[in-house]
Amino acid sequence: MTIAQSAPAPLDVDAIRQEFPILHQDVRGKPLVYLDNAATTQKPLAVIDRLTEYYTTINANVHRGVHTLSQKATDAFESAREAVRSYLNAADDREVIFVRGTSEAINLVAHGYGRSRLEPGDEIIISAMEHHSNIVPWQMVCEETGAKLRVIPMTDSGELLLEEYARLLTPRTRLVSVVYVSNSLGTVNPVREITAMAHQAGALVMLDGAQAVQHLPVDVQELGCDFFAFSGHKLYGPTGIGVLWGRQEALEEMAPYQGGGEMIRTVTFEKTTYNDLPHRFEAGTPDIAGVVALEAALEWVSAVGLDRIAAHEADLVEYATTSLSFNRRVQLIGEAKERSSVVSFVMEAAHPHDIGTILDSEGIAVRTGHHCTQPVMDRLGIAATARASFAVYNTRDEVDALVSGVNKVAEVLG
Amino acid sequence: MDLRELYQDVILDHNRNPQNFGKPDASNRQADGHNPLCGDKITVYLTVEGDRVVDLHFDGVGCAISTASASLMTESLKGRSIGQIEELFEVFHQLVMGNADVMFDGPDLGKLVAFQGVSEYPMRVKCATLCWHTLNAAIESKQDTVTTE
Repeated sequence: MTIAQSAPAPLDVDAIRQEFPILHQDVRGKPLVYLDNAATTQKPLAVIDRLTEYYTTINANVHRGVHTLSQKATDAFESAREAVRSYLNAADDREVIFVRGTSEAINLVAHGYGRSRLEPGDEIIISAMEHHSNIVPWQMVCEETGAKLRVIPMTDSGELLLEEYARLLTPRTRLVSVVYVSNSLGTVNPVREITAMAHQAGALVMLDGAQAVQHLPVDVQELGCDFFAFSGHKLYGPTGIGVLWGRQEALEEMAPYQGGGEMIRTVTFEKTTYNDLPHRFEAGTPDIAGVVALEAALEWVSAVGLDRIAAHEADLVEYATTSLSFNRRVQLIGEAKERSSVVSFVMEAAHPHDIGTILDSEGIAVRTGHHCTQPVMDRLGIAATARASFAVYNTRDEVDALVSGVNKVAEVLG
Repeated sequence: MDLRELYQDVILDHNRNPQNFGKPDASNRQADGHNPLCGDKITVYLTVEGDRVVDLHFDGVGCAISTASASLMTESLKGRSIGQIEELFEVFHQLVMGNADVMFDGPDLGKLVAFQGVSEYPMRVKCATLCWHTLNAAIESKQDTVTTE
């Protein structure tokens, strides 16, 4: 029997919306149109219920007690670790470190790898479209160690210049850390190629997957990277929980990040020995409820299907891009060939903050500002953009609302 | 609240045609202001004689609220003493923070009353006050960039 290859079945978006209680409210007298998903997504009942269930039935500290609740909490916590391993297709669940979010994951690597391995003259490469959280930790570690930060430039349309990147790679390059999907431009970077080139030069690779895991299937073994970071709250999960995945050998080479409980094996006042992976990087009582609910989010996304989510979001981006370009005062920012679910734009004679306020008066939530990517704004010669970013529950009707809201901006500001 | 209470005609007019806009030929004090959150940048140029600000200009880039606020501020303060300006800033600040009752026992804000609607949009208060903070810095001749973050 053969199974025919076909496009994924379309989503029942109405049914999906029923699973998100927050969407069913009015904002400033209009139905909420939530288009700030790149900042954080809303949460389905499956995630909200899992949080409640955790606190109402099994809350206890993990990896400590011999009592029943502690065992149940530990099992739930470690089951989530396995769920993350499976979601990323990592080789081993000990490679999954729970952190607060992508920023903490990058700080952990910058600190753990950078401080113990970097020497004056060594180089770290990042790209022109990094979020501040993939710039500042490296600047800090460079300042401490005397290493240098190099930046892959990009084109006006928001694509990285790989030939320039090739020139930046030298025997001095120790680590390359780049964003998989840009939060301000939507560019999907060619991370497989970037990774292969770095490895050829003998450098490690870290990928910032904060805007990737909710839109694209991620297989860390297939990508070939050494570290991968993402945040739960952009993936329909709770805030305050995220993941650092690292290849076992790469993690084992790193110094511990924070000291405290859980990360130790033995402590005396003279000497402390550290625990094994993953616990040596998880000092203190973790966000157990967040971890447990993150598993619910991963289950939910997998049940809906990333391929169907991606197809739906691609349709919305295409529809929004086309509809907005009929307004001749709108200029789209970020026109890379490979893009994910972000539409960034500026308008003639309307500052993004005015656009944001006027859209809010129509119940439409978009992000305005530099999106924590000030170097991107400087590179493109703009102060800020308005950004609509889509998720599984958004509809074409909501794009229509956005477009009429944008038309209203011109009306109000004259 | 209706959007028109924020974007009143006088604000829209001053946004489209800002007064006292551009670097003047002569001034004796100036300061830069920056709101890193939204990228607004402003420079305020003053001519101060004795304790009186006889001329004010500004340039920079900003949203409608920030541009109109700077335009109306420069227009309203010309010829006033530094003491009067400090008093007016205090009243203006209370106005945009939503403490409108102070208007009745403070100095007359005149056209600046148009910014009352800003108090309903807490995220936009800094847009309206950036030019005033920068003005303060110029009066005190602090040459460092002022920031509202």
